[in-house]
Amino acid sequence: MKSIESRVTLLPIDNIDTDRIIPARFLTTTDRHGLGRHLFEDWPEGAAALSDASILVAGHNFGCGSSREHAPWALVDHGIRAVISTGFADIFHANAVRNGLVPVVVETDDHARLIAQLEACPDEPVAIDFENNCLRCGSVAAGFQAAAVAADQTTPGGAELDLLLHQINDIHDYEATHQPRVDTRMESR
Amino acid sequence: MKATPTTLFDAIWDDHRVNADPAPDGGADTLYINLHLVHEVTSPQAFEILRERGLPLRRPGQTVATMDHSTPTTPPDANGIYSFSDGDTAAQINKLETNCSEFGVPLFALGHEYQGIVHVTAPELGLVQPGMTIVCGDSHTSTHGAFGALAFGIGTSQVAHVFATQCLLAPRPRTFEIRIDGALQPGVSAKDVILAVIMTIGTEGGTGHVFEYTGSTITSMSMEERMTVCNMSIEGGARAGLIAPDDTTYDYLEGRPFAPRGADFDAAVAGWMRLPTPGEAPYQRSVSIDASKLAPMITYGTSPGMGVGIDRPVPLPADLADEDARDSLHRALEYMAIEPGKPLSGHPVDVVFVGSCTNSRLSDLREAARILDGHKVSDTVRMLVVPGSHKVKRAAEEEGLDEIFKRAGAEWREPGCSMCLAMNGDRIEPGQLAVSTSNRNFEGRQGPGGRTVLASPMTAAACAVNGVVSDVREMLK
Repeated sequence: MKSIESRVTLLPIDNIDTDRIIPARFLTTTDRHGLGRHLFEDWPEGAAALSDASILVAGHNFGCGSSREHAPWALVDHGIRAVISTGFADIFHANAVRNGLVPVVVETDDHARLIAQLEACPDEPVAIDFENNCLRCGSVAAGFQAAAVAADQTTPGGAELDLLLHQINDIHDYEATHQPRVDTRMESR
Repeated sequence: MKATPTTLFDAIWDDHRVNADPAPDGGADTLYINLHLVHEVTSPQAFEILRERGLPLRRPGQTVATMDHSTPTTPPDANGIYSFSDGDTAAQINKLETNCSEFGVPLFALGHEYQGIVHVTAPELGLVQPGMTIVCGDSHTSTHGAFGALAFGIGTSQVAHVFATQCLLAPRPRTFEIRIDGALQPGVSAKDVILAVIMTIGTEGGTGHVFEYTGSTITSMSMEERMTVCNMSIEGGARAGLIAPDDTTYDYLEGRPFAPRGADFDAAVAGWMRLPTPGEAPYQRSVSIDASKLAPMITYGTSPGMGVGIDRPVPLPADLADEDARDSLHRALEYMAIEPGKPLSGHPVDVVFVGSCTNSRLSDLREAARILDGHKVSDTVRMLVVPGSHKVKRAAEEEGLDEIFKRAGAEWREPGCSMCLAMNGDRIEPGQLAVSTSNRNFEGRQGPGGRTVLASPMTAAACAVNGVVSDVREMLK
């Protein structure tokens, strides 16, 4: 993805946690797909703000809480392709990138100007240019640190699994020189 | 011969790095994982990736599964049949059984003597040892750092990566020392310490970092107390939190089912003693906390950082300088229906939950029972006590703790995550307020529309007796 332009879902609230994104009672699924219909389900304000926009503008520390990859699965399934915030929780950030959801980290001042612009003109589209690391919304322009745009996600496990499998000889060598610490199949005697 | 001084985190990371920065776009190392813990919620899609790719699970003997999140906490019927909350939770449990059987993963299934919350059962079996790397598709994997292991939560895609290769790709985090000194006052526990840490540094304070907890408060703690502290590292934004192993660690491990025995144990201890200790090398960030002045802590908001000493007033939004923080606090207080500017003591309580990977070990149950003994749970309160594992449950019953809970009017349940995240049908009702020994007070976490106040087992028990938020120190006089 080189760029994206879309209207936005605006939720300028801090600490939107993964329980609000997808409540635990929907984690009983054994599938990766179809979670979009439960996005923000127990959070009336979030659910009301949702639209067909593919960009979400959120407050600080988006995605804090659990490691559930169901959170980016639900966002992506709903059609969200990028989230703009001043910061993301570590595990959410990593999970998002793996699923083609781009976390865009902007400076606090730029974030405030972007939100002010969107509050004044809610229909104003945001254009994000991932090649030049900048975004624009009406008169507001802001740069961001290079966003982690996910590589090929077409194979199960993604390009990362391929990269790991390419190192299998190195992994084998590591195991040859490092004893396993425990054997979960057998209690010690 | 000693190498260049290094921190415990750096020593473990470097010892497990198979390759540095293997990807063309950079920024991540290939890290070898010694122990992979698995539960029913975050694993089914990862097993499916193995199937789709036609890959075996590389090291079943370094992998172990248990069931905890969607399991019922009511006992099976006379025929051994468990009552699940719905067809989906039952299907998820069945799926874990078939997946573990197909890929050869040892499983502590429902009814197994070792079944329990993954972060309670793995350490008590001696599976968690110093210097190891440990992952699980669960953010509270940070718990295992209490043993001087590098342990962190991962998403389901990475669960598949570890299944297939016993490795994952991860950027190297930075180090952050949390130094805690001083003796705790009566009524103050490890839970209060970690709530105070999160209040001090904020819920995003540790983002990108691994904590190392140091100082006299930490070294005086038991392993169970250390696990409570490390468990909530993630609530401070850090994926992992470490404590250097010492005699307390080795004494805890000796004789546990999966820990080395005899001469092997002595050799293991000798190896663990060579791991770096605090002060050998500088940390990239550091903060210091005086624990001797801490009061029991309580949360009033919808983020674990919104905590305060029980005798202090809930902050007023108007007193906060930062506009966003003011807005967050205002929203949180509105959701919680809590009035700021005065202490939370006296606020009505509907439910008390003692349990979760934070506070469901034997010492936690002993503390709650000590407060409850000779009292009744208030008529207006429902109290649920959920031990972390079958081992904990049996040990508690041998001491008669279950009788204390039942006599007081609390429900004594089977092991599991239960009401911490309300996946298995155990939940609070809309508008109810629960005082909970768990780790997250997010909106609706314990049930849609429910309100959560985080506290220690002692404080939770005091709230159950009085029917209102209470200072447990009043009951210790």
